[in-house]
Amino acid sequence: METLERIISEHPFFADLDRAFTALMVGCASNVRFKKGDYIFREGDPADTFYLIREGQVSVEVFAPQHEPIIVATLEEGEILGWSWLLAPYQWKHQARARDNVRAIALDGKCLRNKCDQNHDLGYEILKRFARIIEQRLESTRLQLIDVYAAR
Amino acid sequence: MVPQAYVIRNVAKETPDTFTLKLTPESGSDGSTFQPGQFSMLWVFGVGELPISISGDPSEKGQLVYTVRSVGQATNALVTHAVGDGVGVRGPFGTGWPIEAARGRDVIIVAGGIGLAPLRPVIYEVLNHRRDYGRLVVLYGARSPRDLLYRKEMTAWSRQRETQVLVTVDYGGMSWHGHVGVVTTLFKYARLKPTRSVAMVCGPEIMMRFVTRELESHGLSRNDIYLSMERNMKCAVGFCGHCQYGPHFICKEGPVFPYERLKPLLDKYEL
Repeated sequence: METLERIISEHPFFADLDRAFTALMVGCASNVRFKKGDYIFREGDPADTFYLIREGQVSVEVFAPQHEPIIVATLEEGEILGWSWLLAPYQWKHQARARDNVRAIALDGKCLRNKCDQNHDLGYEILKRFARIIEQRLESTRLQLIDVYAAR
Repeated sequence: MVPQAYVIRNVAKETPDTFTLKLTPESGSDGSTFQPGQFSMLWVFGVGELPISISGDPSEKGQLVYTVRSVGQATNALVTHAVGDGVGVRGPFGTGWPIEAARGRDVIIVAGGIGLAPLRPVIYEVLNHRRDYGRLVVLYGARSPRDLLYRKEMTAWSRQRETQVLVTVDYGGMSWHGHVGVVTTLFKYARLKPTRSVAMVCGPEIMMRFVTRELESHGLSRNDIYLSMERNMKCAVGFCGHCQYGPHFICKEGPVFPYERLKPLLDKYEL
């Protein structure tokens, strides 16, 4: 049987993370499943979790009243969903929905924030990894905004 | 060079503004061949001449296939032609994709929007001679699902052995079940072996700049990355200078260039 510690340590987001840090995080982790079509979180909800996607596709959407939601990105196996748990006011800015049956590891944001406050080395590692993800997604968003395929 | 008379045999709508035209010589099959990546000058009678990349299968002799996006008067006139109408054709012109250099190696195709059209002949070439090449990885991005070219063919390609086809759109509606994000986001799903790969890239120049950065970050050498450039080609034989890009004439020395040669120019402002 796969242990949570092993699953976390093998997830690309936590590649090469010190085993002591992984052991610290396990107490904040749990296995979760979402059915196709389930909302994983909605805009404005408290952001108290983030997810390591193990299987399935998740869409990150912008809620648009009286219109279908606008999908701004999709995330799949090996990727991270959610960083609003890191920064006050800890509220989701977008909504996320399972586009397939999704398996993930949920990490309790409040629990992890406490551990990061107590162990700044862990906090620095986590922040560096999230900063990288945020940088990649910011670049992707900028490219989307440029609309490179428009006739010029 | 005088245009040869060709007849439109088929017009297929790919997207709301993009069409694929199949042409054969008016005089019957002339057995003419082309290299994947080359282009022709298509003469639309009474309107003008257009440089259009050949998008068909190089193994199918005696016909030329072009995928054209209607963005102006001349392209609009071309795509509104009917079956049986005549078109003048000069060419093929320019350098092709590095098919020979790619033999025995993995081939990475990265295309954006209509940039898939000049790369489609390479995909045919690899699939027609499957044993001569390693893995084929196709990364294709478009603005939205309705802007995707060759959708049925892509599904068929993805079923071929040793072939990975990944498609993304910048904006997807709820009815789109594929990936959403710019084409560079596909790299994390691609199974690449950079040291034994050749990459061929075609799309808007901004997209190509970001793609080359991504390819380099994955370990591809600049000498193994090739780009197809688009400029205002007129004479197609390096004479008129309309397509001059720094010291290069795109129509004659290109449109396909090794990235190593273009890198200093791509970084220049006001060129």
